[in-house]
Amino acid sequence: MKLIELIGIIILFGLAIFLVWLVLAYNGFVQLKNRIENAWSQIDVQLKRRFDLVPNLMETVKGYAKHEKETFKMVTEARALITKAKGVKEQGEAENMLSGALKSIFAVSEAYPELKANKNFLMLQEELSGIESKIAYTRQFYNDEVLKYNTKTEVLPNSLIAGIFGFNKKEYFEIEETAREPVKVKF
Amino acid sequence: MYEQINENKRNTILLVLFFSVFVALLSWVLGEVWFQGGGTLGIILGIFFLIIFIAINYFAGDKIVLGISGAKEVQKQDYPYLFNLIDGLSIAAGIPKPKAFVINDTALNAFATGRDPEHSSIVVTTGILQKLNREELEGVIAHEMSHIKNYDIRLMMMVVVLVGLSALLSDILLRSVLWGRHDKKGGQMQIIMLVGGVVLAILTPIVAMVIKMAISRQREYLADASAGMLTRNPRGLANALKKISEDKEILEAANKATSHLYIDNPLKNRKGMMDGLFSTHPPILERIKRLEAL
Repeated sequence: MKLIELIGIIILFGLAIFLVWLVLAYNGFVQLKNRIENAWSQIDVQLKRRFDLVPNLMETVKGYAKHEKETFKMVTEARALITKAKGVKEQGEAENMLSGALKSIFAVSEAYPELKANKNFLMLQEELSGIESKIAYTRQFYNDEVLKYNTKTEVLPNSLIAGIFGFNKKEYFEIEETAREPVKVKF
Repeated sequence: MYEQINENKRNTILLVLFFSVFVALLSWVLGEVWFQGGGTLGIILGIFFLIIFIAINYFAGDKIVLGISGAKEVQKQDYPYLFNLIDGLSIAAGIPKPKAFVINDTALNAFATGRDPEHSSIVVTTGILQKLNREELEGVIAHEMSHIKNYDIRLMMMVVVLVGLSALLSDILLRSVLWGRHDKKGGQMQIIMLVGGVVLAILTPIVAMVIKMAISRQREYLADASAGMLTRNPRGLANALKKISEDKEILEAANKATSHLYIDNPLKNRKGMMDGLFSTHPPILERIKRLEAL
């Protein structure tokens, strides 16, 4: 075999390996990116479920605690803000308001033993606190995945691919720590 | 984390290979003992049964374990609390939702089983549902979720069956050597083989047990640590472990074969010199200490 042929084969081999690596690395990025987008939409799914459960909760609580007008107003306002919110930041703030308002509802309900014995109320309370922790977990998962993705876009040699195909760093979901606490539930 | 998963998958394969060699050796000796010079037939039969065993175990092992543990699958409307915790933590771990099972027993315990995250189940006792608070139960479920995510469930299921099978074979071998008919004209070769077979038969179950325990203990520490990561609250699990260790009730539905699956030894037998070597679970105080250091 001539030397030139040998060199040719080696170059072809190298090129083939490089191409395989390129495809694998590219797919890796796409997979992570899709997971992040999915996590983001999951947050919306949970928020929507919470939004839909709130009127139900209000009905139940109003039957027992008519005088807590201030608290009811907070919830209604937060809910109205969510429907009007434009952009991620505004929506995030409105959702936080609703979290806070719901917390006050559950705090207020402590004073009404009959309400606390109501089956429907207990079910809604469990459901809402479940959603609350799911929102927190989805955000946590989102951030974990963003961390993986961002690290990948920065370390060599993957960063080269990220540069060529435009896989840019993603932003973390940041929120005040208070919103992370789930609604307190007592049995 | 991904290294953990790969390491576990590799260990599962190594374990199967390791036991295949043992089973092949044992069944060769058995073949030689039963039918003069039938070693090859013995190996073929031994490997044949091993493959069937592994296949059954891989596809139905979780159902068998759930069955003998007396676990019943439950629906969301009956246990919304449990379902919300499982849903939330499967989101945090990024795996599909495992099925939920409950054992009707006042003892405090829980375990996970299945072959991969797509085919997995989490089992809790009614006792643990009643006696732990939300934070603590969340820690326990997160511990089980980590076992599922890390493929510990697959490894541990293989361990049960392989340890059981090798013990069974050794038992058959020992009995047939002790009470079987012996040819007087067998000669030296047969005696050497018999002695070798007996040594093998005695050693295999012991080696198998030690492997089972060592793997199991290491997995418990790891699952504790990843549970802390998942909930961002190692304290919940630490408190749960405290409550579980204070509970002295034995879980009747558990036995020696399934005890290593549970979050803490359901048989509560922690006495004796060999405790360190043969225990399926690390000392709970050590686990709590490690969790609190996270």
